[in-house]
Amino acid sequence: MTAPLSEIRIRKPETASAPSSGSLSESGGVSLGPLSSGNPSPAAKISEVRRFLLARGNSAFADSAFRGLMMTCAVSIFAIVGLIATELVIQSQMSWHKFGLPFFFKFNVDPDTKLPLFWDPVNGVFYALPFLYGTLVSSLVALLIAVPLAIGVAIFVTEMCPGFLRGPLSFMTELLAAIPSVVYGLWAIFVLVPLLREHVNPIFIAIFNAPVIVKLFGWTGLVGDDGLFGGVNLGLGLLAAGVILAIMILPIIASLTREVMSAVPNSQREAALALGATRWEMIRVAVLRNARIGIVGSIILGLGRALGETMAVAMVIGNTAEIHKSLLSTGHSMASVIANEFSEATSDLHRGALIEIGLALFLVTILVNGFARLLVWAVTRGTPARVN
Amino acid sequence: MKPATQRNRTRSTVRMLVDHLATALAVLATILVVAPLVAIFVYLLFKGASSLNLAFFFEIPKPVGESGGGMANAIVGSGVLLGVASLIGVPIGIGGGIFLAEFGRGTRLANAVRFTADVLNGVPSIVMGIAIYSLIVFNQGHFSALAGGVALGIMMIPTVTRTTEEMLLMVPHAIREAALGLGVPNWRSVLSITLKTASPGVITGCMLAFARVAGETAPLLFTALGNQFMSVNLNRPIQALPLQIYLFAISPYDDQHRLAWAGALVLIALIVIAVSLVRYVASRGILKGAS
Repeated sequence: MTAPLSEIRIRKPETASAPSSGSLSESGGVSLGPLSSGNPSPAAKISEVRRFLLARGNSAFADSAFRGLMMTCAVSIFAIVGLIATELVIQSQMSWHKFGLPFFFKFNVDPDTKLPLFWDPVNGVFYALPFLYGTLVSSLVALLIAVPLAIGVAIFVTEMCPGFLRGPLSFMTELLAAIPSVVYGLWAIFVLVPLLREHVNPIFIAIFNAPVIVKLFGWTGLVGDDGLFGGVNLGLGLLAAGVILAIMILPIIASLTREVMSAVPNSQREAALALGATRWEMIRVAVLRNARIGIVGSIILGLGRALGETMAVAMVIGNTAEIHKSLLSTGHSMASVIANEFSEATSDLHRGALIEIGLALFLVTILVNGFARLLVWAVTRGTPARVN
Repeated sequence: MKPATQRNRTRSTVRMLVDHLATALAVLATILVVAPLVAIFVYLLFKGASSLNLAFFFEIPKPVGESGGGMANAIVGSGVLLGVASLIGVPIGIGGGIFLAEFGRGTRLANAVRFTADVLNGVPSIVMGIAIYSLIVFNQGHFSALAGGVALGIMMIPTVTRTTEEMLLMVPHAIREAALGLGVPNWRSVLSITLKTASPGVITGCMLAFARVAGETAPLLFTALGNQFMSVNLNRPIQALPLQIYLFAISPYDDQHRLAWAGALVLIALIVIAVSLVRYVASRGILKGAS
């Protein structure tokens, strides 16, 4: 490999030595040693071209300055991450000192109603458990809905699709990924929530709360009026948040799964078909099995997006800082509580508690995203895996 | 025990049925995925177009109870915020991309930068908003358009860096070597020759980041805060289109709901145009578009 061009310097010429018998005989060849011979006479020996080039100079300084500037721009990404982390840690100090680690799992009990009380800005009591619960439940519901659908779409587009459909379908998936969160939330408030409230939830309620089911499965605690679909059917709540999150993470999982499935070499597919597999068996054995690490990575990436999604969730989750078993109940997620309460935070402690939640969210998403990217890279061998 | 041929025949039938079932499920999944998208678009068009008129683009929101009004302040505010964001995000992003593609190829630093950029892309935008709040708003003592622009700008940097790097990697070596062989300094060759060749791709990468940031609301909630009136002052709160949509969507008034739909339609139209342009330029190839 030749040296990078910025490192090549135009050397000053060896001052031509007047041929002296001593050096010739000693070295046994033409000697160019500049110090060993007699008086040098450079002016007559340097060519016009070389003199011109020497006077012109080289671009070494400009090149290294440019390189330094570009490196600064690239390193700024590290600076941004560091900046975010520092600011979050500094601003959440107040809440951290007051509540410590139990911030994330303790709770008080309301003396009047004997119910657990988590988040009380009036009395300065802040415990974050309901937000963790809301985030986890809505993300879990989203994954349960989105993963089978996304893998189904990926399989269809990669293996089963007629050629003319492939372009429009991938365009549509890309468009789904590009729609802003507020538009999803707007659509969810006015279309999805009434749909759930009037058509979908009654089906689940009828199934889960039917007396015969309650008698058979009541011991699980998941059926009946205090089970998974008990309580008031508002339409808003954890289930609605889960559904809209599912729609939002679908394109990410689908496009990444498609990418890892395309990376499986055709020889694997042909080998399976040559052994007499049906098309589904070929997909299962040759493609899915080879791509499963990447598929897991794309699922985790979708989870990372679902954890941090703010606006659509804030619009449909109902915004109550409580924990209920039912999926029809309203709740809060970590991102939505920050969005709702931050600009009206009543005290420094309130704001500090919200920033501490933000810090937790930051750490969790960095871990989840980092792990997922590593998995996807392991499969696609380091080629850039662009999600946007 | 049935003879082997009969067992195999049954098994083959079952396998064929399973194959057909799998195909049916995959088609069903695709329909279920495409349906919400079509539903969203159709509903947007239907609801948004009916309330989209000239007043929407030129008037500021009217008080509750009065009909009419528009989102002019939000559109202008979005323009200001995106202008500030592009001033910050595009140069730094392109610089980072140049470093990754030209100077850092294969080095560990470049791999670390690439990985961190991808991870930063996944950080929730509201966390960026909190960081900029503590950095700028808290110290200045007031909300401002500048803070909102900075928040959006640093969200653009990872996307622009990665797309610039990808586009620059596609420029063939021959072009670089020809320039260097003619005595053009390295920095000049990168800027005027390599970057220029890749410029359609780089510009579409910037457009992609632009379209993504145009729809972001969460970081603006407590940096730019929002403003009921028209303002272009960088030191005062400013309204933005997605922010206005959010505020109108959660309000209890029908008039504001209609305006929210119209605003959403405008926002989606902008993003669809950007995404389609990106795909078109990408499909034309990098050298065909070189000036």
